[in-house]
Amino acid sequence: MADLLVQFFQWAFGVTLAPWLATISGIVVGILAIVLPLLIVVAMSVYMDRKVWAGMQMRRGPNVVGPWGLLQSFADGLKLFLKETIIPASANKFIFLLAPALTFLLALVAWAVIPFDVGVVLADLNVGILYLFAISSLGVYGIILSGWASNSRYAFLGALRCSAQMVSYEVSIGFVLVTVLMTAGSLNLSEIIMAQKDVFWGVNGYWFTPLFPMMIVFFISALAETNRPPFDLPEAEAEIVAGYQVEYSSMAFALFFLGEYANIILMSAMTSILFLGGWLPPVDWAPLYIIPGWIWFFGKIFFVFFVFAWVKATVPRYRYDQLMRLGWKVFLPISLLWVVLTGLFLLLTDKIPA
Amino acid sequence: MIYTLCFYLFAIVTVFSGIMVISSRNPVHSVLYLILAFFNSAGLFVLLGAEFVAMILVIVYVGAVAVLFMFVVMMLDIDYSEMRKGFQKYLPIGALIGLVLLAELVLVGMGWSLQGPVTTDPATAIPALDQMTNTEALGSLIYTKYIFLFQMAGLILLVAMIGAIVLTHRKRPGVKKQNINEQVMRRRGDAYDIVKVKPGQGLG
Repeated sequence: MADLLVQFFQWAFGVTLAPWLATISGIVVGILAIVLPLLIVVAMSVYMDRKVWAGMQMRRGPNVVGPWGLLQSFADGLKLFLKETIIPASANKFIFLLAPALTFLLALVAWAVIPFDVGVVLADLNVGILYLFAISSLGVYGIILSGWASNSRYAFLGALRCSAQMVSYEVSIGFVLVTVLMTAGSLNLSEIIMAQKDVFWGVNGYWFTPLFPMMIVFFISALAETNRPPFDLPEAEAEIVAGYQVEYSSMAFALFFLGEYANIILMSAMTSILFLGGWLPPVDWAPLYIIPGWIWFFGKIFFVFFVFAWVKATVPRYRYDQLMRLGWKVFLPISLLWVVLTGLFLLLTDKIPA
Repeated sequence: MIYTLCFYLFAIVTVFSGIMVISSRNPVHSVLYLILAFFNSAGLFVLLGAEFVAMILVIVYVGAVAVLFMFVVMMLDIDYSEMRKGFQKYLPIGALIGLVLLAELVLVGMGWSLQGPVTTDPATAIPALDQMTNTEALGSLIYTKYIFLFQMAGLILLVAMIGAIVLTHRKRPGVKKQNINEQVMRRRGDAYDIVKVKPGQGLG
């Protein structure tokens, strides 16, 4: 990216960029190239989400603003932008405003390590998957801080539910990641994708292996991590109004909303990287490689996102004790057992990656 | 240049937030400063080239331990002026303990001598970054040479965990609990009967 910028400035203005300036501006351009499309994708995903629910519930969904209601999300965004930001008098002002910004920031920062195609990644970290795990485990702070800073009982209840829920499901997500890491033999996301090439009978991706149950566990834990239905206990509108968001209005609310959807898309991307083979085509067949990798990748994200919407449209909300039981008594033993089985399998069949 | 700048930035913020942890009036702010301190230490680890340790620090301490701290601190309902009352009274003994700890630290630091493979051949202890990622380097050391210590540490943690559960777990009589299995296995016939009621006769 930096080299390209130097060449561009050379060609356009006849100026040679200083190396440090080229590096920094290269990074900035890279960030913008990820964040700006991401924001549009987030806006459109809200629209898609609503259309999918509407379709499944025999309704029409948004169809007024723009052709087929395509501009609905932008209209909603504009509405929120023009509203007044209300800060409750007894709120802790700094933390109250910090919380939504943090949620939004963390949802964007995680995208730095996502590989969109061969070599198309902003930061190709050796510990990419740990970075993703770390960032997603920080997501709880935005919610817990907003709940506390709002100085409202509903918000506080939502924050407490959320922190317990997210910490519980992170445990099983961690074990699922370990099984994938053992099979792939790397913590680098690009290498994990490459390890999924032609795993079995020419099929790309770990979903075709005995890791399939882990994909299901990962997906359901991802639902809980992103507070999506059926696990949206932190904002359960029937019991605690809207939980941690109850005191927020205007752009502060919009940041929560955008952050939530950016996180959902991130989780979809993680599912497709870890189990569906990222930018590889579904089967290892030469003509399929003509289609660029990022199209496969977006297709897979789109598919996983559709399943997210599908679940929301069809499944009723869990009760809190059932949620905790599922996390600790079902997913934790299963994923722990699967770590041991995977290790045993790799050892006995001598398939441990070097 | 950037390296040095980053080091001083992380170091200064770490020390500053460490001080703020103990001096800020609001305990939630203290926890937030603690998190900031963890973050900046993770930054320092990254500067050292120890990216694995940095990420684990963030995952374990910030992502789990500090969340539980926060959870507890938010739930507490303490009158802080009440708590600060004894400050003057306990200051001497607190200062004394602090002094003893400081003296111990200084003594340990002065008596520290590097021995073993670290001094003789640094290259064997820590492989170069281009040969081995530091996750592999750590794994190949922990799971071979230090496996006994590693397992012991794990066992100690397990004992602590079981101990905490045993100490706090008590059997309370008369608590109504749900048996999920029973609920799932329930069939239509267990819940109700279908009775054909003839007109004019009722159930009888």
